This record gives sequence, C-alpha cells and structure tokens, in this order.
Amino acid sequence: MLRYIVKRLVMIIPVMLGVTLIIFSIMDLTPGDPAMMILGEGATPEDCAALRVEMGLNDPFVVRYCRYIGNALKGDFGKSYRTRIPVFQEILNRLPYTLCLAFISIFIAVSLGLPIGVLSAVKQYTIIDNAAVGTALLMTSMPSFWLGMMLILTFSIRFKIFPPLGVDSWKCFILPAISTSATSMAALLRMTRSAMLEVIRQDYIRTARAKGASECRVIFRHALRNALLPVVTVVGMYFGVGLGGAIVIEQVFAIPGLGQLMVNAIRDKDVPMLVAAVLFAAIIASLINLVVDIMYAYIDPRLKSKYVVVKIRRRSAS
Amino acid sequence: MTATETVSASGLQAQERFKKYKKKSQFRTIWNRLKKNRLAMLGLIIFSVILIIVLGADLAFDYEADAIAQHLSQRFKHPSWQHLLGTDQYGRDLLARVIYGGRISLFVGIATICVSLTMGIVIGASAAYYGGWVDNVLMRFTDMFLAIPHTLMALTLVAALGNSMLNLILAMGLSNTPRMSRLVRSAVLGITEQDYVKAARSCGAKDSRIIFRHILPNAIGPILVQATQTVARSVLTISALSFIGLGISEPTPEWGAMLSEAKSQMRYHANLAVAPGVAIITSVLSLTLLGDGLRDALDPRLKN
Repeated sequence: MLRYIVKRLVMIIPVMLGVTLIIFSIMDLTPGDPAMMILGEGATPEDCAALRVEMGLNDPFVVRYCRYIGNALKGDFGKSYRTRIPVFQEILNRLPYTLCLAFISIFIAVSLGLPIGVLSAVKQYTIIDNAAVGTALLMTSMPSFWLGMMLILTFSIRFKIFPPLGVDSWKCFILPAISTSATSMAALLRMTRSAMLEVIRQDYIRTARAKGASECRVIFRHALRNALLPVVTVVGMYFGVGLGGAIVIEQVFAIPGLGQLMVNAIRDKDVPMLVAAVLFAAIIASLINLVVDIMYAYIDPRLKSKYVVVKIRRRSAS
Repeated sequence: MTATETVSASGLQAQERFKKYKKKSQFRTIWNRLKKNRLAMLGLIIFSVILIIVLGADLAFDYEADAIAQHLSQRFKHPSWQHLLGTDQYGRDLLARVIYGGRISLFVGIATICVSLTMGIVIGASAAYYGGWVDNVLMRFTDMFLAIPHTLMALTLVAALGNSMLNLILAMGLSNTPRMSRLVRSAVLGITEQDYVKAARSCGAKDSRIIFRHILPNAIGPILVQATQTVARSVLTISALSFIGLGISEPTPEWGAMLSEAKSQMRYHANLAVAPGVAIITSVLSLTLLGDGLRDALDPRLKN
C-alpha cells in the first residue's frame, strides 16, 4: 500500500512541473512589457531597459523558467507589479477563503448528492426519482453565479436571512457555498444514481436478497459499496470544478479570495500574481485528486490486493 | 396472365426481403432510436426554436437601434407591449438584447467545439493510430493540461490573449482540447485493430485516408455525444468568463456580461437579472437533454 502511495507522490512531480511550464509559457506570450508596467507610462526607454536587465527579462525563456522554479521552491514567487509586495504572502492571505468555500461546497455536494442519488435509484421511476433527476438536470444547466444572484435576491433582499456580501460571519459562507456546490451536487447525484442502478441488477444483489438480508443491508452493504467506486473519482474531479466555480462566485458575493485576486491581477496585467494564483489553484486541485486516488486504493479491494500480493511475492523471493 | 401475376408477386416478395435485410445506415438507426426518446426530442425542438429565433432576430429588431443604442429617457421601463421584457439601465430593449446575446453565446459555443473537435481529432486519432512513442508523448502532454481545472485554463488563456471574441473562441477551444483528444483516442483505439482497417491498409490506402474515411466514421458516436455536451458546457463557461469581465464586454449583448451589469441593479430591478439567466438555462438544458438522448441512442445498453 505504501508503495502505491509513494509511487503516486513521485508521479505528481512531473505533473507539477508541467503545469508550471504551461502557465508560465502562456503568460510569457502575453503582449506588453513588464518593465513599462512597473514604471508607468511616463518612464523613459532607458529606465525601462535598465529595469529589464535588472529583472533578467532579457534572458532566454529556459533560463527564466528555471530561475522561476528555483525561486518558487524557496517560496519566492516574485513581487506584484502593482503593490510590490511578495506574491506568496498575498496568496497565503487569500487562500483560506477560497479553500473554505471549496471544501464546504464539496461537503454539501457529497452529503446531499449521495443519499438522494441512492434514494432515487432505489425508487426508480417514482415521483421522488423524477423530481430528483429533474432538479439535477436543472442544476447542471444553471450558471452557478446566476444561482448565487437568485439566492441573494430571495434570501438576502426579500427575506433578509443571510447577508448578501462579505465574510464577516459564518452566515456569509452559506449562500456562496450552496451556489458553488449546485453543479457538483447534480453531477454526483446523477453519477450515484446510474452506478447504483447498474449494481442493483447484478447477481450478487439477488444472492444477498435470497439469503434473506434486510433491504437496508442489501442496499448499503452490498450495493452502495460497489457503486461508490466510480463516484469517489468524480468527487476528486469536481473539487477542481468547484475551485473554478468558486473563482466566479467570489465576484458575486464579494469574498476576498483567490478568485478576486486573479480577476484583479488580470485587470492590472499583474503577471507574477496571476501565474502564482493559477499555479496554486492547479496544484491544490491535483493534490486533492491525489488524496482521492489514494483513498480510492483503500476502498477498492482489487487495487489493494494487487499491491499486497506484490509484497508477499517479494518476501518469499528474498 | 397468371404467369405475370406470379412474377410480380415474387418481385414484390424479393423487394420486401431486400427491404428487410438492407443495411440501414448508422445515422438512420440512431435517429430512429432518438425519435422514440421524448425528452431528447423535446431538447431538439427547444434548441431548434432557439436557433430559429436567434437567426431570425433581424426580422423583429434592429441590432444597432434596439440592442446597442442608448435611450436614456426610456430607462427601467416595466414590461409593456412595446418592450415585452422591459428596458435596462440604458433604455435598451431587454428582449432584443437577450436574443442577440443568444446569437453570440451560441456562435461562440459552436465555434469552440469546431476548434476543439479539429484539434482533438488530430491529436487523439494520431495518438491512437500510431501508438508507441507518439501516443506516449501526446498523452503525457494531455495529462498535464488536464491537471489544470477547465475554468482556470480558459481564464488564463483569455487573460494572456486579450479580450476579443476570436480570442475567447481560441481560449475556450484550446481548454476543451485535452478532454476531447482523450475521448477521441479511446474511441479510435478499439477500431484500429479491426479487420476492415487492415484490409484498407493492405489495399495501400494512405494513413490519412484510413483515419478519416475508415476509422473516424465508425468512432463518431461518442465524439458526437461529447461535442453536444461540450457546447452546453461552453455556453456556461462563456457566460461565466464574461461575467467576471473577460471575454465579451459591454455594449455587446452577451448573457454573462448582461448579468454582470444587472448585478448592481438587482435590488430594485430583478427582472434584468432573471431574463438572461433563463435564456442560459433554456439553451443549456435543451442541449443537455439532446446530448443525453444521443448517448442513450448510441448505446442502448446504458439506458436502464
């Protein structure tokens, strides 16, 4: 088991380097002179040229990329073009809000999507099933930021239950989390339902019923455990989707997270800030994916046994 | 006389037998299955209606006068016969803007899928067809791109390329390419070993002819489903990007940009925020229904 985890951890390194390379080179293609941006419109060409040399902007791409990686490993992601404060510091200040939002939303998605999906598969083609599937369909077709606006309209402006903006109390996170979770919840629901429907028709479920297991035991112990496997991978994937959604949702609810940082950085053409922000989001998404994959290995006995067998064989050989 | 009768009878029989055993085209079979799926047909009808409305918008409205020009004396009018959905904060007709917004959203959505289909087919099909190191290199690159969440990728590309409709299409198309190449690769992979591909190769057909004439038509099913779903998702992503101020901006009517404008007026003029949202939901929903129906029609085994 440990071998599998170590293998996955080692495999994440080239992916990280690749992600960095992609984002760094995309940003490198951006038109515009960074030196000009820092010094402002009134700068003389000589000043710009001097600054370019000082910042090493005239070096070839590979040199600049390697230097960026080297500095990044030391925790130095450069300084913001606008505010001149270290980018890393700013991101660490903003990250908790976005992560909090993403985690709450994935929690809501799992705790609603899974049970409703199971229920809807068990009661296939009843009113409950149709209502659940219909709602899920509507949710996947809805832009999450629009759902957020409608929630503000209903719960903040009409009924005044939740505050529409800001991050002052826990209440502020409820509406954004619900709107971020809508897409993933609907996807999870549909996924769980179809996985359950497939499993429920298998022979071993009939065997379990024939043995006289209670319906509850059949569904949760025999069916759900097998149906869960494809669902778990989806949870990991949708964390990334949730992160992307959170970026847009932050604009609706005025949450000072990573998304707002990115949008401001794009507006100001603040390249180091944008590269680092996108990089952090991408790295977090892949790390969560990794964690989910490792969890998957624990849940799936086939994958687990594959590695256990290898271990035993090695022991007998030595 | 009896002889002619028997001849025509046997001819009729032969014709019927011919009809029975004649191989129906793949599209015919799929279409027949799709026709039976009521939800999918609903999706198809709604989408066609949207397309007709959007394309025929010029019959009822004038783009410059109704959707762009500002009439400040007409601000925030309630719905009336003259303005069916009312007017926005610059006195522009909301209905006209929603309809012209659909033109842009759907055009960008369909253009996006053209870009990612072309790229995805070239990358995915060559990876699957040539295998070996070509496959390895292409798929490792694809994996790296897939590690970046889709919205983030589109956002980064638009930020780098700059705000314009062409750049938006490019950015969206490129960010959808990795997923599409993955799908094309897996669809093509099973077909490269089929006997008819070997037969074509032994006849001396060029690689490009084998891929485009023999392999792709047989792999088109899953690609078509993915394409429909990608258009639906693209409409959502475009509106999200325009909402945060990237992609298409004022005064061009685009659903996301309109919602972004409406946000500040939401407290007193909620209808400005509702109408573009409903338009997005209707078009995405119809495409999703159609995509789901296509998936079921292509693989009836999946339908329970």
